[in-house]
Amino acid sequence: MVQRQLTGSRIRERRVDLGIRQTDLANAVGISASYLNLIEHNRRRIAGKLLNDLARAMQVDPSALTEGAETALLDQLRASAARDRASGAEVSRTEDFAGRFIGWASLVVRQDKRIDELEARVKVLTDRLAHDPQLATSLHEVISSVTSIRSAASILVSDDDIDRDWERRFHRNIYEDSQRLAEASRALVSYLDAPSEEGTASLSPQEEVETYLDAQGFHLPYLEGDGAPQRAPMLRSKAASALLADYRTRYLADAETMPLKEFSAAAIEVGHDPALLAGRFGVPLAAAMRRLATLPIESGHPAFGLVICDAAGAITLQRQVSGFGLPRAAAACPLWPLFRAFSQPMQPIRRDVQLPVDGGGRFRCYAIAAPAGAASFDAPATMEAVMLVRSVAPSGGPADPVGTSCRICPRSGCRARREPSILNEDAV
Amino acid sequence: MAKRVLVIEDEPNIIEAISFILSRDGWTVHTHSDGETANERITATPPDLIILDVMLPGKSGFDILRDLRESPETTDLPVLMLTARGQTRDREMAERLGVTQFMTKPFSNAEVLESVRALVRD
Repeated sequence: MVQRQLTGSRIRERRVDLGIRQTDLANAVGISASYLNLIEHNRRRIAGKLLNDLARAMQVDPSALTEGAETALLDQLRASAARDRASGAEVSRTEDFAGRFIGWASLVVRQDKRIDELEARVKVLTDRLAHDPQLATSLHEVISSVTSIRSAASILVSDDDIDRDWERRFHRNIYEDSQRLAEASRALVSYLDAPSEEGTASLSPQEEVETYLDAQGFHLPYLEGDGAPQRAPMLRSKAASALLADYRTRYLADAETMPLKEFSAAAIEVGHDPALLAGRFGVPLAAAMRRLATLPIESGHPAFGLVICDAAGAITLQRQVSGFGLPRAAAACPLWPLFRAFSQPMQPIRRDVQLPVDGGGRFRCYAIAAPAGAASFDAPATMEAVMLVRSVAPSGGPADPVGTSCRICPRSGCRARREPSILNEDAV
Repeated sequence: MAKRVLVIEDEPNIIEAISFILSRDGWTVHTHSDGETANERITATPPDLIILDVMLPGKSGFDILRDLRESPETTDLPVLMLTARGQTRDREMAERLGVTQFMTKPFSNAEVLESVRALVRD
């Protein structure tokens, strides 16, 4: 399976980074250099004591060698195959491919992502051409001027006995319309030459906000201080800036009711239990969950994932956590506690879930669905569900089997499956 | 008696050119520039043919055409529709609403004249 195969690549990477010779590392853990070579090239399975010994020898946590990016890489490769089933990509050998040719696999994923971006950009440009009122007005102006000039010129050329007054009038019309045409053309050119939104036009406003927040680790120090908070930065698109302003408003409110210093200390003290933190700070559980997801990892807090969705199941905000793939385009797994929360509004849910990967993929999820915004007698409540996700050790206790999204989920006999899997034809 | 053409268009120089070529061909040309009051103008003095622009102030050419087709007096009135937008959906929309002929700008004088002659026969 992939974990053992890609773990080899990670071991090799780590060893090379540390400048340790293969022979020295092999000696340190009591195996032959040739056996280590096989492991590093993903030809031998590795787990348990040997994995721990190697991790210790390279001063790294064992989980760092077995979890993380490869799960996302595999999910992305499978998603790429799902987009183009006619390609005949050997989906059943995805792990093998990624394990042996991780560079090529990354290239496939990067190019697939680029295709997504370009397709989105084409759509944006097509929409722009079809619906942009400014462009439509400019083109209308150009075409109207050309029509008028063409008609007037045609009359002057083809009508020999035209009256002198009419002749003058059409000359004047041509002159006026040519000026109008020049102006309209200039406006059109400057409009089309306007700075493009390269790199962001392909992102939805939500993705633009999440990309920005991800770069900050979802922690915004400029909103944490005692002084007046700085203005939210402007993102490239207005829609994204508006979404970020909404996020900032909520962040500020959370930061005021749960000040960073106190909340950070309390979180460590209670083992990052959101219910205990909500009780201690007198805030709704959802707020405590959101706040946990903004704590800086460098201050000793674990990495949290966060997913927020509306009552229609549309994900409105997501913070990725390593190993727990959050689909952007496809619908997420309906078995996530996030969606279950809607069947029990206001009832906190805590579940361990297991993704279909070997040697990892276990997460603790906290979820709650609650009204968002102020209550009103005149309108139904707008519900929102929040789910906090945290990686937990693979062993120990039962866990709900879940996936990322149906197309790349190999589970058989899933009662919630909405479409066949490309990974397992029997998974219906 | 000369046949009457009503040109509903908001571009004065286009109105002038169309009026000139039709007048020289023997048509009586009336003009109107406001979409909002166009249907009243048509009802007051029904022409033999309407040349109708799509983008008009107050009311679009499509709305005017719809109203014309819903009224028994004007349901069969020939309408030559002019538009600067040649998209398929505009043409389809015009056809759904019952346009007699659809023409995209920039048109030639000869095309307009030929269409008018074909649409209004003695």
